[in-house]
Amino acid sequence: MKPYELTIAQAEKKMADGEFTAVELTESCLDRIEKIDKKLQAFITVDREGALSQAIAADKERSAGRVGALCGIPLSIKDLLSTKNVKTTCGSKILENYIPPYDATVVDRIRKEGGVILGKVAMDEFAMGSTSETCAFGVPQNPVKSGYVTGGSSGGSAASVASLECLGSLGSDTGGSIRQPASLCGVVGMKPTYGRVSRFGLTAFASSLDQVGPLSRSVTDCATLMNVISAYDKKDSTSVRKATPDFTLSLKKGLDGVRVGIPLEYFKQGLDPEVERVVQNGIEVLGRGGAELVDISLPHTEYCVASYYLIASSEASSNLARYDGVIYGYRDQQADSLLDMYKQTRSKGFGAEVKRRILIGTYALSSGYYDAYYKKASQVRTLILGDYKKAFERCDILISPVTPTPAWKMGENSDDPLAMYLSDILTISANLAGVPGMSVPGGVTGEGLPVGIQLQGNHFREEQLIQTAYHLEQELNLQPLLLDI
Amino acid sequence: MNITKKEVEHVTNLARLTLSDEDLDIMTGQLDTILSYVDKLGELDTGKVEPTTHVFSVTNAFREDRVTESLSREESLANAPLQNGESFQVPKII
Repeated sequence: MKPYELTIAQAEKKMADGEFTAVELTESCLDRIEKIDKKLQAFITVDREGALSQAIAADKERSAGRVGALCGIPLSIKDLLSTKNVKTTCGSKILENYIPPYDATVVDRIRKEGGVILGKVAMDEFAMGSTSETCAFGVPQNPVKSGYVTGGSSGGSAASVASLECLGSLGSDTGGSIRQPASLCGVVGMKPTYGRVSRFGLTAFASSLDQVGPLSRSVTDCATLMNVISAYDKKDSTSVRKATPDFTLSLKKGLDGVRVGIPLEYFKQGLDPEVERVVQNGIEVLGRGGAELVDISLPHTEYCVASYYLIASSEASSNLARYDGVIYGYRDQQADSLLDMYKQTRSKGFGAEVKRRILIGTYALSSGYYDAYYKKASQVRTLILGDYKKAFERCDILISPVTPTPAWKMGENSDDPLAMYLSDILTISANLAGVPGMSVPGGVTGEGLPVGIQLQGNHFREEQLIQTAYHLEQELNLQPLLLDI
Repeated sequence: MNITKKEVEHVTNLARLTLSDEDLDIMTGQLDTILSYVDKLGELDTGKVEPTTHVFSVTNAFREDRVTESLSREESLANAPLQNGESFQVPKII
């Protein structure tokens, strides 16, 4: 096996045994990127020099006996997390040349544990999209089938992990943006509980929904990354003061006493039969493993997309007001008045989907429409939260598909925003309710396209997700993905 | 119609954006479709339901008012499209 093919846990062991150094591992990933990324387009920026100097530092630390949890492990970072002195574009022309003067808290935590940051990966512009096709700097391909979407918005993260360019990645999830690309590319992805992980340095899309999380090639690696990034942060006023458990201790707990709920609304019409087959198989595996299976209803599921798009767009319209051409980012130089400068800068800097959401949000918050749209959506959010509260009285985990279909061809749906929004129906509720969610590979379709299984848990119960996901991973024992790159 | 072209034009101005006439027509159609869809929320009686703006009822997170390390002026200005070494520059306002 080549070094870049390993999981984080395997690579850590081999470095501990002296089989290769962090520099050799990093070079093997950089060579892999060099070889395949022209076609794959997962990376927006590759920081070869920075990565190698971090790898040299990691090797020194190791020989001095200071071995961080990610010592010498090469990772990719979604391009909306601030990286000091490394360009951070958010997939948008408006930030094409933006070089942050500081690290996001999660990036800082990765560095402190010895992680090596290879570069920044592609995403839908400002994380608004479900395919990564709204990225202004090249659209990533699905590593399993070229010409197919990676999903989104963390499409570069999922593609870089699945294609063996790096050993893990950080993405962000506002309505499914980690779980959905993880499912479509065949990797593990977790959206933690809202407040578990600091959002400081995460470019805001919808602040009450955004959460940073890991993508990896194994559940064990997911637990390791969760250990590193989870912590209260005084720089994020919504981060929650709660002790971080050692998530790796949950891996081998087994399933005795775990009550697994099957939300009936997630299996309604529109579900691809191959997706349903994979998820049903996952349910049987958990049943055989000793989990108690319970039928659950989340009656307001059909309203989640409408509630979400009003809330997320409203928050986005406010958050994206900061891109005005004054302090950083693109400025239209032709305009001669301040107002005209704002308008021209924003109109030329933002893509169509971002403008669409800013307009929906501005409308929903505008005088005369606030009660009918934003307030109504926030009340429905309360009902959705109530559904989860009731469900978690009767079960610990919810199992379902992540997306109604496997990956689709690039270009489909791109002219129909509503159809695209509706494809997020199975992941959005977790963000509205702030509960943790996870996508774990469940199998492949006849065509070889990956299908993930979604697990959702109660607030701050990521340990149960990891415990259940690990059981699925071990029992399913899937073949490595057949890559088409 | 849930939203007219005139309303979209008004909102576009509020959001400090501009759209060509052709794009305004396309956007009006798309927003109308999306707003017709979200009308679905009207099926639910939410008369007595409190809105949720935040999942955990966190109140203000106060901190001590103490001077700590922050970005230098040079770092703060480094990304500015136009600056004079002391401040950000914008087109003349008055």
